[in-house]
Order: sequence, then C-alpha cells, then structure tokens
Amino acid sequence: MNFTQMIIPLNITKTISDWIYSIMPETAASYTIMVIIAVAYLALFAVAGLYLVLLERKVAAWFQLRIGPNRVGPWGLLQTMADALKLVSKELTSTIKIDKFLYNLAPYFVIVSALMAMAVFPFSEQFQAFDINIGVFFLIAISSIGVIGILLAGWSSNNKYALIGAMRSGLQTISYELSVGLSILTMVLLTGTLQLSEIIEAQRTGGWLILQGHVPSIIAFMIFMVAGTAETNRAPFDLVEAESELGAGFHTEYSGMKFAYFFLAEFINMFIISSIAVVLFFGGWLSPFGITENIAWFPQVFWFLIKVLGLIFLMMWFRWTFPRLRVDQLLTLEWKYLLPLNLMNIVLMAIVIWLNWTI
Amino acid sequence: MTDQQAQNKIKTEEYFINMGPQHPAAHGVLRLILTIDGEIIKNVEPDLGYIHRSIEKMCERDSYQQIVHLTDRMDYLSSHINNEAVCLTVEKGLEIEVSDRVKVIRTIIDELTRIASHCLWWGVMGMDLGALTSYFYAFRDREMINDIFEETCGARLTMNYNVPGGLMFDIHPNFVKRTKDFITHFKTKIPEYDRLLTGNVIFQKRTKGVGILTKEDAISFGVSGPTARASGFSSDVRKHHPYSAYDRVNFKEILFTEGDTFARYQVRMMELWESISIIEQLIDNIPEGETKAATKAVIKLPKGEFYQRVETARGELGVYINSTGNKNPYRVKFRSPGFSNLSVLNHISKDVLIGDLVATMASFDFVIPDIDR
Repeated sequence: MNFTQMIIPLNITKTISDWIYSIMPETAASYTIMVIIAVAYLALFAVAGLYLVLLERKVAAWFQLRIGPNRVGPWGLLQTMADALKLVSKELTSTIKIDKFLYNLAPYFVIVSALMAMAVFPFSEQFQAFDINIGVFFLIAISSIGVIGILLAGWSSNNKYALIGAMRSGLQTISYELSVGLSILTMVLLTGTLQLSEIIEAQRTGGWLILQGHVPSIIAFMIFMVAGTAETNRAPFDLVEAESELGAGFHTEYSGMKFAYFFLAEFINMFIISSIAVVLFFGGWLSPFGITENIAWFPQVFWFLIKVLGLIFLMMWFRWTFPRLRVDQLLTLEWKYLLPLNLMNIVLMAIVIWLNWTI
Repeated sequence: MTDQQAQNKIKTEEYFINMGPQHPAAHGVLRLILTIDGEIIKNVEPDLGYIHRSIEKMCERDSYQQIVHLTDRMDYLSSHINNEAVCLTVEKGLEIEVSDRVKVIRTIIDELTRIASHCLWWGVMGMDLGALTSYFYAFRDREMINDIFEETCGARLTMNYNVPGGLMFDIHPNFVKRTKDFITHFKTKIPEYDRLLTGNVIFQKRTKGVGILTKEDAISFGVSGPTARASGFSSDVRKHHPYSAYDRVNFKEILFTEGDTFARYQVRMMELWESISIIEQLIDNIPEGETKAATKAVIKLPKGEFYQRVETARGELGVYINSTGNKNPYRVKFRSPGFSNLSVLNHISKDVLIGDLVATMASFDFVIPDIDR
C-alpha cells in the first residue's frame, strides 16, 4: 500500500505523534500517546455504544410495527445522547444495606473489561491499538472478567432478585465460555496463529475462513453465535435480567450512570462478540472478493464495520423474535448439545486440516 | 456416602421472595409470596387485596341500572360480558324477554370482546416468556376491535353498552361492515401469530409439560374457562347453559386433555377461530327489532334470589342477586373466574422453577381486578 496516499485521519495522528515527540522526552511522550489513544478509544466506544442502543431501538421498532425514536434530532439520531445526558445528571440512589465498596466497584468491572477488549481489534490494517501475538486469547480472557462485575453487583445489592440474576449470570457465563473458547480454538487450528492481524492476513489469499474450513467452520460459526449471544446475556439467554421473572435482575438496585455502565457494556459486548466473529470467520477488514483491494483511498474500516453491524443485526433479530429459555434448558443446551458437538467439531477440523481438505 | 446422606449434609436454606405487588409478570397488583429453595419454588401464597374496591358492597347501595356500570371494572378485558351477566340476571328477575336483535348483537359483541381479550393474552404470554414482539402484533389487531367498540358503544374498554332490558342504543351503521373487515383481516393474522410463537422450539420447550393441571384438580378447585377445558373439563357455559344467541349458532367446545401450559395456549388460540365462526354466522342476519324492552324507570326486582352465569374470556362468571323487593339489591355476589383459577396455582406450581411459574401464570390469563373486585 502506498503510504503517501493514506487516508487523512492517519496523517493527523502522525502529525500529533511527531509533535508530542518533539516537545517531550521519549518515555514521557510514549506514555502521553498511550493515554491519548486510550481516551480516544474510550470516547469512540462510548459513542459507538450509544448508537448501538439507538440501532437496537430502531431495529426493535421495525420488528414491532413501530417507528422508534424519532423526536430528538433528525430520525431520532440524538435520542440516546439525550438519554445518556439524563442518566449522567441523575442522582445515584442506592439502598442502605448494600456493600458499598463492591456495589460501587461492580459497574466499572463490567464496563472496563468491555472497553479493554476493544484495544486489540483490527479495524483496518493500520487502525489497531495493540497488535499482540495472543490477541484471541486476550479477548477471551478479558471478556470473561465482566461476569465478576455482574456477580459483585448481584451480591452487593443485597436484593434477592439481583442475587438470583447474578447467580444465573455466573453459571451461564462459565458454561458458555467453554463453547466460545472451543469454537474459537477450532478456527485457530485452521490459521495456526492467535494474532488477530495474522488471522486476517491468512484470509487475504485463501478466502474467508468460514469458506476455507467449510463444514466444521460453519458449525463453529453457528456455535459461536449461539454461545456469544449467551455470553452477552442477551435474549433468548437474558435470564440474568429476565424482567418477567426478576424485575431487572442484577442491576435492579442501580440507578443513573452506574446503571448506564451496565447497559452500555451489554452493547459493547455485543460489538465485541460480533467483531471476533468477523475476524475469525468473515475476513475482518478484507473486502469481499477483494473488490476494493486496489482502491487505495477506500477505508478498510468500512468493510469491518459493515460486517460487524450485519452480525449485530442478527443478534438483535434473535432478541426480538425468540422467547427466553428456562435456566435448566440453558444448561442442557450447553452441556448436552453444544459442548459435545464442539469437541467433535474440533476433531473434524483437525481431520480436515490433516487431509488437506481446506479450500 | 449415599445420596440421602449427602443431601442431609449439604443443606440450603429456603427463603421467600415477593413477586408483586409491583412486578412485571403479575400484570397488576397481585402479590405472590414465593418460598424458594435456590430457584425451585416450594410454596406459592397469593396475597390479595391490593386493588379491592368492594364492588359487591357498592352494589347494595346502587340501583340495578347503576350496578351494570360497576361490573366493567371487575374484569376490564371482558367488560361487555360482565355487563351482560348483570343484565341477564335482572331480566330474569323481571321476567323480560329481550328481542332477538338484542340477543344477536350482544352475542356478536361478546365474541369480539373474547377475541380482544385473547389477543391481549397472547401478546402478554409472549412477553412473559421473553418474546416482546408478540405484544405489538396482538395490539395491532386488538386496536381494530376497540375502534369498532368506540364507534358503536362510545367507549373502547369499559363499554357500558348493556342496560337491563336491552342495549343502550342501536348499533352504528358501520358496525356490520367494520366487523366483517376485521374478521377478514384477522383470519390472515392468526397464522402469523402461529408462525411467530406457536411453532417456536423454545416456546414449546417452555410450555409443554409445564404446570400440569389434571381434570380432577380442575373440577375440585372450581377452575373454569379455557384453563379447565385444557384439562379436559367440559365447562363451557355457552354450550351447556346457552344464553343470548348461543343456542342458535354452531361452535365447537375446544377440549384438550394434556392440561399443561401449551394445552391452555392451544385452547385459547383455537377459541379465536371459534369466535370468528360464531360472529360469521350471526353478522349477516341480525334480525330487526327493538333494541330495548320497556322497563320502569326504577327497577325493583321481586323478592327472591336470582343467579345467572356467563362465559367470559377467562371462565365462568356468576352473578347472584338477593333481592328484598327494593330498588337496591340486598346482597350481590360475583363468582369471578380469576379467583377460582388462582386458587389452583399453588397446587400445580410446587417444585418448579421460577420461569415455569411465570409461564403457568401467563397461561392462566389472570386479570387482577377480576380476582380482587
């Protein structure tokens, strides 16, 4: 790629970094840049989360014969901004008998772990904050920290609904973590690397991994989407906050911005799951059939976001169509069906690779 | 260590949890005190009285025309049927024979009310099980019925269209056309309901074999309506003790024998088709005639006891009036379907999960003001 023709924002970042290096000693400059990147990511994903909320409300409206938010801003575009402002300005109420320290800590666990996972995503060839060689492993590890926050929230709220919700969340996340991990492992067998940028690079020539690994890949994708939906505690696996059973589940006692953290984290988690799926199965920022491969100015991030939004739409489709599972059926699905299927699928994938049947 | 010993050693404590009076699954101010071991329900104790308005006592104060209006507020989803029950009782006492026109119009509106009520139940059933979309589908169609009611009766929910001796006024000229339009529209929508919810694997897993009510229990607890018919207890008042125009229409009494939540669901879904068929039989030949029989301005029922039962969307509603010959009744008692149906809830929800209780409650179709009155 010709670096002189690179898109404008990257030139801006280069200018800023040059300027920072020119006014500071090298160590201080590198730390400053890290902080700036972190703040930029934070802002980016807070806004992304807000717009995913808006998208969810619009999608729900389309499914449900409604119009959805359409009063604040054109096409309701500022609705969630207004909601966030309202939540920020609200008083943080809590009950007396809570465990104050854990109660206040819980939302940060959830939101920080969600935001940390964002660090490794390859949005485009250049647009990746942190390209570590154990990227996939890092993602799985980070995304399972969030459940600690939910458990803490449920425990410290001193509320029976919240406690039941949190316990459900614990067993759900621990169970479905296995399927998420194993289905990712199936794909790692195919690529032979854990680094996200290399996984995408492997798909440049051979086609998307979902095609390269054909049958086992497709099975892995299906399992990943089911388990991923469960990991994010979304319908039909939203037992954690099953409103007809538990009121609001683990965040019953939270208000204002602390509630908003849980809410936002759900949407960012959805983005994470979709992003992992896009990287592992749909070629990340690679364009389909390389149609924009030779157009230098075309932002690769476009393809990444389009694919991610497609999968997010799929997850929203689940949510607004399916009824909720019962707690024992949730576990049956994982331990009796998904896990054995997954283990067999790994073996199948190994055989496919061993016999060189990949496309 | 045997299993029994292990159980003795590891002991968990039962705790109680309030489901309601403000709870999303209760659809009103019903408080259920659940005793729970982990997530397994050990005991369900309904606590009533949060919406008690002493309607029965107020009836003793009011004249017979006024009583009709109070009954709207009991089971607000079948207000027309409640009104009719009181009117039929008073008419029985006065020995008035209402005209055929009144009978047919009452029956048509009864069945429209039943469809509206079942629509709302279907939407809420889906919502209780976590499928929020069903609610909006159902309300789209229910809205059309409400529009018909608004045009003819002047109100959408608490209709007050019946008076002792007939109807308050004649039907609106558009009534027949709009009802036919609705029937045509709704016939295409029930298959849509089935596609969204009935055939869904998760839905069937959540409802099949859950909250099983045997026929014997249904009879001994006085359960009625679709809930009882799902257990095989033939209890349709419209069939066994026909009133209004039900003796001149052909319809099936839907009976299932499974007695589980899915059977109750199916009974209601099939009743939608039966209601449509009843309306279709009547809508084209509404006879001409008086819409109101002549009654005195002050109705005085003769001394004695009068009882009339009707089939609401939830079951059997009985109206008992004890008169001493004055312009007010001496005592009025409503036998509401919701109260009797609620009594069986504890019996069939022992040792089930919270999610099952929610599904069972949804399939019973409780309207809390009907339970409490």
